[in-house]
Amino acid sequence: MTGAAPSPGARLGPGVPPAPGASPAPGASPAPGTPPAPRARLGPGPDLSVDLCGVRLATPVLAASGCFGFGREMARFLDLREVGAVVTKSVSLEPRRGRPTPRMAETPSGMLNAIGLQNPGVEAFCATDLPFLAGAGARVVASVVGRSAAEFARVAGRLAREDAVDLIEVNLSCPNVEHRGEVFATDPDAAAAVVAAVKAATGQPVLAKLTADVTDLVAVARAVVEAGADGLTLINTLLGMAVDVHRRRPLLAAGTGGLSGPAIRPVAVRCTWQVATALPGVPIVGTGGILTAEDAAEFLLVGARAVAVGTASFVDPRAAVEVADGLAAYLETQGCGSVAELPALFQPER
Amino acid sequence: MVARERAGAYHRLTVAAPAVAATARAGQFVEVRPGADRSLLLGRAFSVHAADPDAGTVEVVFDVVGPGTRALADVGPGDAVDVLGPLGRPFAPPAPTGNGGGPPACLLVGGGYGTAPLFLLARDLRARGCPVDVLTGASTAARLLEPEACARLGRSLTVTTDDGSAGRRGVVTDPMPELLAQARTGQVYACGPMPMLAAVSRTAAAAGVPCQVAVEERMACGTGICFSCVVPVLEGPGEPGGPSSTGTGTGTTRMARSCVEGPVFDGAAVAWAELGLAPAAADRPGVGERAP
Repeated sequence: MTGAAPSPGARLGPGVPPAPGASPAPGASPAPGTPPAPRARLGPGPDLSVDLCGVRLATPVLAASGCFGFGREMARFLDLREVGAVVTKSVSLEPRRGRPTPRMAETPSGMLNAIGLQNPGVEAFCATDLPFLAGAGARVVASVVGRSAAEFARVAGRLAREDAVDLIEVNLSCPNVEHRGEVFATDPDAAAAVVAAVKAATGQPVLAKLTADVTDLVAVARAVVEAGADGLTLINTLLGMAVDVHRRRPLLAAGTGGLSGPAIRPVAVRCTWQVATALPGVPIVGTGGILTAEDAAEFLLVGARAVAVGTASFVDPRAAVEVADGLAAYLETQGCGSVAELPALFQPER
Repeated sequence: MVARERAGAYHRLTVAAPAVAATARAGQFVEVRPGADRSLLLGRAFSVHAADPDAGTVEVVFDVVGPGTRALADVGPGDAVDVLGPLGRPFAPPAPTGNGGGPPACLLVGGGYGTAPLFLLARDLRARGCPVDVLTGASTAARLLEPEACARLGRSLTVTTDDGSAGRRGVVTDPMPELLAQARTGQVYACGPMPMLAAVSRTAAAAGVPCQVAVEERMACGTGICFSCVVPVLEGPGEPGGPSSTGTGTGTTRMARSCVEGPVFDGAAVAWAELGLAPAAADRPGVGERAP
């Protein structure tokens, strides 16, 4: 089995391009003007491709927002065409500086982060990052964030002009914001208002990324779907906190942060199952603590259309590709010809 | 893993990683992750202390400061650890001397286990023909890294300890002005706790000597994707690394990722005051020392 959890041993082989210091512009920057063709998985073996809101993805394994930068750094380690789609770090109307450090603290089977949405702003993203992703042949899900429905809509409206953006993900649930009122996904009406505004501003399919930090997730999911969301991403990090008992203060400068990693996977699987059951037919990208192909299969069995690998990419930059490879092997063990067959095989009654 | 030994208060870990050993340069780092405990996900970032391309081995030095380094301190020969690297920007060659003189004299300043990357650097600088002076400091003698080996890195070694248990009592910036003047130093390199780097940068700047620092910030990925390990740097075309789309400038500083734009920065380009290291506080040893 080839899970994403890296096998022990030295990992950078001779085939890996040198570190940034050795080459100021690292990576697989393709020659300008020659966008590579989308890479099909050829030959025998299960069909990993999926349809996500009308967009064909080579594999059902996406790179989750905030855990893959804007793709550039990862091109050293993998071919971006082998990732189902790159969900970008969230982009806002104006540049954001983010939170002070420490921004990260490791916790059992997971980590807390309080990055605070540091990003260069939508104009710089369109000028620099998007052309790189397009040149590398990546499928792109642009994650957008804002402080109001109108601001979300302005970002989405700017991205609507960009052919390289295949889908929009509306980040309604980042916990690292100044006010809980900015976590729109904690309120069905506020979440629906943002989604409606984004839908009116863009032609691309829209995923709404929700939080599990609510009493009734299905109510929020139903509200955003009724407001026009084409699909859902479940779940964002959970709001958490850890304390340095020796220095008697929070481990993060921001006090609280978002918990990710395998620690939250059972919560994410539960959310995916609940919403998939309540809203059958709505495509779901399941995410939360996926390290291995088996982890991904949990989400796909309970009804996710695709999955996103997040914290695992911090552990192993090739995680998204290795999970996809492992899924192909898993599908064979289950006698499945394609990912789409998995939900029907799930037996909810144990 | 090939060997783990005590090095004073620290642990020295030797791992077989031929691809890393072949290409690692002074100032770069590796992410090391104990293979056994899967509840510890993330690698720990350590600067490369030694790299032997022929043997295919890399050495790092660490202090036990938390669960991850405690786990690494328990691994033995033959145990698997995960190594990713080399990562980050290495130290750059010294600034050229003004009036067409020979290779400039370099002062290497290390604090505690922050002295680790200066070993590879000293070798490279000597190969360039640069006279090398070494200044190393710690809170106490046991926390000096390999002082005997430090004595062989250059033509001189100066030691300071906070408690006076070795060398001169005080902090590294105490003897620095005199050393800079005596050696007519053309370039300072430093690695150690952030408050020390702030103070060293300021002392070098006061003497008109360029200073490169290898910073330490808490990291998750080490590869540039998580944005945890940012350091505020002054905006400007002359800064190391140049402009970047991910440098989200607001006003005069921007948050630069120390894993890909660093860990080596121009000491004059780091906005130390924004790190909470205002000049007055920065002189106090040990303030704000943080885990790797």
